[in-house]
Amino acid sequence: MDKWKDNKAWFFVLPVFILVAFSAIIPLMTVVNYSLQDIFGPGQRVFVGIEWFEEVLSDKRLHAALGKQLIFSGLVLLIEMPLGVFIALMMPKKGIAASVSLVLVALPLLIPWNVIGTIWIIFTRPDIGLFGAAINGMGIAFDHTSSPIQAWITLMLMEVWHWTPLVVLLAYAGLRAIPEAYFQAAKIDGASTWATFWYIQLPKMRGVLTIALLLRFMDSFLIYAEPFVLTGGGPGNTTTFLSIYLVKVAVGQFDLGPAAAFSLVYFLIILLFCWLFYQVLQNVGKGEKA
Amino acid sequence: MAEITLDNVAHSYIANPKNETDYALRLIDNIWKDGGAYALLGPSGCGKTTLLNIISGLLTPSKGRVLFDGKDVTGLPPEKRNIAQVFQFPVLYDTMSVYDNLAFPLKNRGFNKIDIEKRVLEVAEILDLTDSLNKKAARLSADAKQKISLGRGLVRSDVAAILFDEPLTVIDPHLKWQLRCKLKQVHEQLKLTLLYVTHDQVEALTFADHVIVMYEGGIVQIGSPQELFENPSHKFVGYFIGSPGMNFLPCTLGGSHAMVGDIKIKLNDETAALGAAAKGKIELGIRPLYLQIHDTQVEGSLPAIVKSIEDHGNYKIVTVILGDNNILRARLPEGKHTPSEKAWLKFSKNWIRLFSNDILLKN
Repeated sequence: MDKWKDNKAWFFVLPVFILVAFSAIIPLMTVVNYSLQDIFGPGQRVFVGIEWFEEVLSDKRLHAALGKQLIFSGLVLLIEMPLGVFIALMMPKKGIAASVSLVLVALPLLIPWNVIGTIWIIFTRPDIGLFGAAINGMGIAFDHTSSPIQAWITLMLMEVWHWTPLVVLLAYAGLRAIPEAYFQAAKIDGASTWATFWYIQLPKMRGVLTIALLLRFMDSFLIYAEPFVLTGGGPGNTTTFLSIYLVKVAVGQFDLGPAAAFSLVYFLIILLFCWLFYQVLQNVGKGEKA
Repeated sequence: MAEITLDNVAHSYIANPKNETDYALRLIDNIWKDGGAYALLGPSGCGKTTLLNIISGLLTPSKGRVLFDGKDVTGLPPEKRNIAQVFQFPVLYDTMSVYDNLAFPLKNRGFNKIDIEKRVLEVAEILDLTDSLNKKAARLSADAKQKISLGRGLVRSDVAAILFDEPLTVIDPHLKWQLRCKLKQVHEQLKLTLLYVTHDQVEALTFADHVIVMYEGGIVQIGSPQELFENPSHKFVGYFIGSPGMNFLPCTLGGSHAMVGDIKIKLNDETAALGAAAKGKIELGIRPLYLQIHDTQVEGSLPAIVKSIEDHGNYKIVTVILGDNNILRARLPEGKHTPSEKAWLKFSKNWIRLFSNDILLKN
């Protein structure tokens, strides 16, 4: 009787198993399978062990892409996190103004990613773009298709414009969740605006900011559509991030084995960083003072 | 420490209040003594938190003035009023140690390190927090956290009054009693003006020397716990204080008797004299404690039908029906024989109170 009950429980878990298997485990295992073989064509494949991993890990162009990727994600976090919190602090707390500003802030999040790239191509065109033409009109030569630095600036601007709203929304939700009594107590204790932010608002936002940081890190580390549309990885290889390089290897050169090995390494790097961030943020400020 | 004067204070959350019902707080004119322990008692929505916020400065009253020791503070924000407040749930600076929490109000006011340390250690001693001074405040139990919130008020030696907004709501029942004793002890030691808001009569009656009972935005009575129990000045006080509350019977008066329907209840001379001069709707009130209940007829008792009996451990509450549907509750001490169907009620005539239009008749 007890046995039967136990078995019935498995029955209810089964749909989830199947779903997860088809959505995550089987595709992942296929990639693992590819990464260990040299594939010449349909039905023509040779087992090569960890050869592709060795090749990928010593690939100079991959190292360069990883470096650029890290700088890009680092800059994104450095700019978007403080900016997002700052905007959230400035936003109206209630009433129509709060709703209106929330919708306005969230607008960039509603636009498809490749459309974002297209918008910015037009926006920054030196001849007709509002931004590009204006900058050129001020006497500064601006053309992101030829200057690597300007390509980076444009990419960063686009990224910040596109994704800071997410940080704003999360931080705003975190701020609104702080009970009014904390602010009243801070007033009574004579705390300055800065002290109120540092000792009440920021610690109370820890949870949402952890989520914001993880999401922004993952998304910026995986960024593909926007730079692909805007710069295509150029000029030269100066904006070739990991995902752009990966697609070049997999689709452009049709090197399925190395691309699969690359994907797995890519996945592990993101996993590692997310774990690190999570650990640090969960423990910061929680240590016991001796 | 300060004497708090409420000079014709009234407050409405509506911009242009038109009639009385628009006011969350109706006209209050009162002086609260320096060093007194006051409790604001009343049901939810009676305006007690509004009144507290007016005193703390989180709200500016629509009308009237608030004075601390004769000085007008109506327009001053909380930080300028030298008040401290303990909230319903513990409000702490989570990332700070207990020591830093206690020192925070002093640091913000620019005290020097040596003075701060001296004062924090003193307060920690009073509140039994000395052992946890170096711990993170977030790690302590709810009652210790409430003590820290209280401590942040106590560290400021110039504090005019400490306000408590239902501070025991989140505390475990067995710790409530301890914390309440601590509060009383702090009050006796430091002679602070304390103002304690609660809807729990037990908290109010055990904590305060003066209980301020509020009802629908107004103060209905200020008195010692004993006064509130024995001579509730308004039907609401009689009903709200005591467990269960006072019994009320609509009656007419005839000489030295009150008539409830055709049932005669004997009054003492004083009460009868008060009743003779009274007009309006007359009601007779008596506490369940003073309503004797017997299982056999005794002299001067009235027959009643037992409706239900609740056992409260060391006493029983007996609900009876007297005459035509007059429901009364009586408190039956432990050990006395419990009547099962029929009972005889005896009104202790010295404890009978008469109310005219809901207001107590008194000399």
